[in-house]
Amino acid sequence: MASGFTAYRAILRSRVRAQQGYRVSFATDLFATVLTGLAELLEVYVIFHNTPRLGGLDFDAALLVFALANLTFAAADLLVGHCDRLPTYVREGRIDVFYLRPLSILGQLMTSEVSLRRLGRISVAVVVLGIALVRGEVAPTPTTVGMLALSIVCGTALMAGLFVAVAGLQFWLVDGREFANAFTYGGAYAAQQSSLVFPDPVRIFFTFVVPAAFTAYLPTLVILGEPGGDFADPALAWWLPAATAWVWGVALLTWRHGVRHYQGAGG
Amino acid sequence: MRAYLRTYWLLARAGFRRQATYRMALAAGIFTNSVFGVVRASILVGAVTGAGAAVAGYDALAVSSYAWWGQVLLGSVSMWGWSEVADRVRTGDIAADFLRPVPPYLTYLAVDLGRAALALLARGAPMLLIGALYSGITFATGAVEWVLGLTAVALAVAVGFLGNYLVNCAAFWLVEIRGLLMAYSVVATLLAGLYVPVHWFPEWLRIVAAATPFPSLIQTPIDILSGYAAGPAAVRAVAVQVGWVLALGVAGALATAAGRRRLEVQGG
Repeated sequence: MASGFTAYRAILRSRVRAQQGYRVSFATDLFATVLTGLAELLEVYVIFHNTPRLGGLDFDAALLVFALANLTFAAADLLVGHCDRLPTYVREGRIDVFYLRPLSILGQLMTSEVSLRRLGRISVAVVVLGIALVRGEVAPTPTTVGMLALSIVCGTALMAGLFVAVAGLQFWLVDGREFANAFTYGGAYAAQQSSLVFPDPVRIFFTFVVPAAFTAYLPTLVILGEPGGDFADPALAWWLPAATAWVWGVALLTWRHGVRHYQGAGG
Repeated sequence: MRAYLRTYWLLARAGFRRQATYRMALAAGIFTNSVFGVVRASILVGAVTGAGAAVAGYDALAVSSYAWWGQVLLGSVSMWGWSEVADRVRTGDIAADFLRPVPPYLTYLAVDLGRAALALLARGAPMLLIGALYSGITFATGAVEWVLGLTAVALAVAVGFLGNYLVNCAAFWLVEIRGLLMAYSVVATLLAGLYVPVHWFPEWLRIVAAATPFPSLIQTPIDILSGYAAGPAAVRAVAVQVGWVLALGVAGALATAAGRRRLEVQGG
């Protein structure tokens, strides 16, 4: 166990160092992810330039949803976002190497890269989070602080679970990697919105099947004391750990079957 | 001349067939685009509901049409990380392209037009059907508008390719352009109106967008195909696209020539 931990630490350190080697590349990558965050923020602004409320939320509340959704997604993306490159590894036979090493395959895939450039998007989300909390005049009570902490920690874990769940499916769907995007990027996109913009079936899907609403929208209801609506009750927000466990349960199941299904690329 | 055109026709056909091989990828693309279509249409309709009235001439039906037409086009009009030329510059394979009797620039354009044609039929048409079933879609009414609309799609594909190609040309100087490509697609998708119609932008952002080729990618073809713009307005929009194709085309040719002089391939 201890030696496995040391191995992962060495791998991660090497990945971090590798990115420090190319400073100009890293700087432009970082600039691009900051720009991504800002462009998405601008989209929210443009929507609210045309309407005072979207899905029952005003601009300040929407900013909080945006910040939490972006923060949790970008953090998960930094940690495990490269899992969606699994089909490339399978096609090129590089995954075979993972099977040979005395470490867990999932652990190796997760540590095969840490995309530090995604810190750009995280920093945009953190700044917006600060602005949203100030503008929303959120008082630091046990409820708000607890919900915020729960949302950031479990929300990141939930999003990371989505990446792993679809990575497991990729062992079957080598050419169908775009399926993965529907759940990961699609889930993240849905997470950025008030659930009430969706018709009931879509809201139920993004709450109970791919529980994206738990990462940002439901916590926002609790933090700002908003009423929510059908299938979007603020009390649901405290079930975030259960939603995270559900995603990770599915993730480990698909991953286990995927790893066993894989036959090798020959060679 | 005829043999010359035939070369490009064959290249375009190859681009078409290359994409048609991957049926699973097509199914996955349709599924994912539908999910995004539902989310995008919901947001835009939510904005119209929140405003309590049509926004910049878009009522609920018009704006969900906008979202679905965007999903139709987005497989064809490429705005995301196409880096074939940049990769070939890095590996040195681009040298082989320069040795061929057809200019690489036009070769890639022909292949991309073929790719886009398949994407429109195989990925775009199903989106139209799904969007129509999900929320309804509005269409252009006149025959002239349809001709203009389809022309606008072809021009949008060309503008999209030429923009990407220009960014790829930066690889002759910078070698690694991942960050640049990413920044380009972020700006392009935003200003193209992929997520929010350009007509909804605040004035300052509309002015910025109008100074770029990006509204030609998504906003223009949707405006015409969905019937939002017709008659002289549609003709004007297509003329703007033609202008951008010419401007970017010349810029691409110049960048290729300059890059070729700069290119140094290691080893041999």
